Amino acid sequence: MTRLIPVRETILGAAILVLLLLISSRFAGFVAPSNLANVFNDTAPLIILALGQMVVILTRCIDLSVAANLALTGMAVAMINVAMPSLPIPVIIAIAVLLGAIMGAINGVLVWKLSIPPIVVTLGTMTIFRGIIFLISDGKWVNSHEMSPAFTDFPRMVLLGLPVLSWAAIITIILFGIMMARTQFGRSIFAVGGNPHAAVYTGIDVGKTQFWAFVVSGALAGLTGYLWVSRFAVAYVDIAGGFELEVVAACVIGGISIAGGVGSVGGAVLGAIFLGVVKNALPVVNISPFWQLAISGSAILIAVAFNARAGRTKGRIILKSAEATQ
Amino acid sequence: MTDATQTRHVPDRLSSRAARIFKSWEALLLAVAIAIFVINSFASPYFLNAWNLSDATFNFTEKAMIAFAMALLIISGEIDLSVASIIALASTAMGLALQYGAGTPELVIIGLTVGVLCGAFNGFFVTVLGLPSIVVTIGTMSLFRGISFIILGDDAFRGYPPSFSWFGQGYIYWVFTVEMLLFVIIAIIYGVLLHKTNFGRAVYAIGNNPTGALFSGIRVQRVKFILFLLTGLMSGIAAVCLTSRLGSTRPSIATGMELEVVTMVVLGGVNILGGSGTIPGVVIAAFVMGLVTFGLGLLNVPGIVMSIFIGLLLIGVIALPRLWAMAAARRKS
Repeated sequence: MTRLIPVRETILGAAILVLLLLISSRFAGFVAPSNLANVFNDTAPLIILALGQMVVILTRCIDLSVAANLALTGMAVAMINVAMPSLPIPVIIAIAVLLGAIMGAINGVLVWKLSIPPIVVTLGTMTIFRGIIFLISDGKWVNSHEMSPAFTDFPRMVLLGLPVLSWAAIITIILFGIMMARTQFGRSIFAVGGNPHAAVYTGIDVGKTQFWAFVVSGALAGLTGYLWVSRFAVAYVDIAGGFELEVVAACVIGGISIAGGVGSVGGAVLGAIFLGVVKNALPVVNISPFWQLAISGSAILIAVAFNARAGRTKGRIILKSAEATQ
Repeated sequence: MTDATQTRHVPDRLSSRAARIFKSWEALLLAVAIAIFVINSFASPYFLNAWNLSDATFNFTEKAMIAFAMALLIISGEIDLSVASIIALASTAMGLALQYGAGTPELVIIGLTVGVLCGAFNGFFVTVLGLPSIVVTIGTMSLFRGISFIILGDDAFRGYPPSFSWFGQGYIYWVFTVEMLLFVIIAIIYGVLLHKTNFGRAVYAIGNNPTGALFSGIRVQRVKFILFLLTGLMSGIAAVCLTSRLGSTRPSIATGMELEVVTMVVLGGVNILGGSGTIPGVVIAAFVMGLVTFGLGLLNVPGIVMSIFIGLLLIGVIALPRLWAMAAARRKS
């Protein structure tokens, strides 16, 4: 029953193309390769975070703390950079990934060892992480002139025609493509989300897999934290506020089932790119950026309704479940 | 999610009613509330003052109104994360109506109607289309507030009529505010609804076993739809109170309030997975949270630091009983 062309990704890809065509019919400059590269670069943080979120959602969890994790890591590395300007960038990145992973591990432990619902855990850690940023920074901003040039230049450095930020997203996509399809961890993520009971009988530790999913999501949030702060060259308490909703939106639009077990790397990436194109097109077609929030909200609702309709199993229903429509 | 086999302990006889009440979550919470009250009155000389305490109730009355409806919703196994955004949209609608010369009665009607419509919107997606409430309300959370941002941008609505300020700033008698009266009335209504009516029993039944509830003749989806309507209505009432109290509307109004409402419900002993919880518990939880935030405020603790506390409270309240049970199980084996 393998399909040659994954249907959902094709539809989403077509939707993005139609969107691009519509915009280009009035503003030809938008589809110029250099501008598309800009759009991709701008969407890179969303792509990276959406891939992390995908792993979490696949295991039937959700991580609402990614944006707060990003902001806290970003603030922490910015302050480290101000205190020790000579620290090389690879060390900074390692610290960011590690810090993010630790915060993910906190979520993961609470879900794994105490079986607290992930929505509650991450709603709580979301505000805790934001509060900690205020505590460590005293509410102050870290501005570009305080950061070292190496710190702020790294994501903008151009390699083979693309900035490092874009390469970070591309490498993450490739790594995730391999991880989800070719490794034991990747397959167990699908198994845990698809049928936790069956996963237990095949020898997979459900809680542990969920824990590692949170660690992966946290580590990527940490990495994005450094990239975000260095790209915009500023760190303060509210950076990326509400971004977790956009990340979840990207996943849901990309066809990742919130019930777990169903989804693909391609879907998450296309979902993020779809939102990225919309976001970048808004100012071009002269719509106020204040529309962004409502658009991603509507996109979540439409996508989730669409996915549920597509995923409904056809066949005779013998015993009606109360969860289905009456 | 773990598959540990759980053996059920069957007692020889039921514990007495008095012992049950004494050992209940609500009793523990009440003791905590009293302890916080005593600590606060020692920590700050400004705490034990009738007017200050009256002001402190604003910390929880609006949130508690929503928390009662949210408690029923969570007991039935659903959740609504869009409540703060409903407040934003209802408040924006009232502000918009004000620009067209609406008076106080119209403003209130518009606020409540928008709340109910938002609840119906959530309810439609959850019960008619059969989608999970977490995703739907995460979506409407950004949609509702997004509409406020489209209408207002970085602007604000001001100039509400003086008679409108009665809801959030008025006093019934001495230090007793209009909001307190609303809080008490709503608490009693929800207490009766949940604990003394068929509807309340149906809510518990749905939370414990939706399929079983369906087969015993409960219209599961209809009950859930009504619960979403009620949550929307309560958010509408909270929007009227909050707008009246602040005297202005910004699209960022009540940001993050959903977290405090859910925390209040969980602190009140409602099982986040559904099936159990009481209204008296939520009432005491409202007082606990109000007293704590007021006490911290008197000690000059900034709001964002208080939010750390709320987050810790939310996780701690669920984690501690589980840690306790795990420790007890380890001791037995």
